[in-house]
Amino acid sequence: MRAYFSRRYRFSASHRLHSEAFSEEKNWETYGKCNNPYGHGHNYIVEVTAGGQVDPETGMVCDLVKLDDAVRKNVVARFDHTNLNLDESFRELVPTTENLCIAIHENLSPVFTGGDLGRIDLVRVRVEETENNFFEYAGK
Amino acid sequence: MILLTRKADFSAAHYYWNDRWTAEENERVFGKCANRNGHGHNYTLEVTVAGEVDPVSGFVVDLKALKEILEREVVSVYDHRHLNLEVPEFKETIPTTENIAIAIWKRLEGKIAGAKLHRVRVYEMPDLFADYLGEA
Repeated sequence: MRAYFSRRYRFSASHRLHSEAFSEEKNWETYGKCNNPYGHGHNYIVEVTAGGQVDPETGMVCDLVKLDDAVRKNVVARFDHTNLNLDESFRELVPTTENLCIAIHENLSPVFTGGDLGRIDLVRVRVEETENNFFEYAGK
Repeated sequence: MILLTRKADFSAAHYYWNDRWTAEENERVFGKCANRNGHGHNYTLEVTVAGEVDPVSGFVVDLKALKEILEREVVSVYDHRHLNLEVPEFKETIPTTENIAIAIWKRLEGKIAGAKLHRVRVYEMPDLFADYLGEA
């Protein structure tokens, strides 16, 4: 039987929303206080949903230790206590939470397709920027 | 179509153990969850039903009836129990969060008048949950 398993992880990071393609005025108009030149930060929550058949031997969709390792290595260790604007993923992209959500999905999906978690699918990545703001990405 | 979700809570004990494996194998796969003395959680159950809004009552389902079904079919059976030792569906099946979601789906399926069971979500703790949507 196919079931979905989700787990939440946390990291804290700073960012500044600013597009080189826009004028100073247009940046301010688009991003408001998120365009403050010195940046600001959030405590992000990342919710990772894995889908797959429940293994009849273990009763589990996925090995929790492997999932934790994959997320800690590819997401938490990479982004926690960093400035997102300086991360390789955001060299060309504005580190909005939409783009962060997509970057996290792209960092994690190789682990699911043929990696340590090859038997299961990465169904969804949800990133909460604040308790009132969250974004979801389920792949292309 | 509207989706409506009702929550319920129960607290229960369990352990993870596969009788076909050696003790070492169980400990390797399940870690501290394999402690045969058991451990416990405060579970939160979210049951989502799908249906049309009744034009007269404005309801998808009678919430009081849904609450009573959850209480009768799930909470009264699971709450303050040892899932492995006291709940029949976990005699042969390991009470992982995934299997608890599937077991609750089986307990509720066909019992909610006027709406279709859409999703069963079981939180073992706020940062870990399993969803079952009735898929094969």
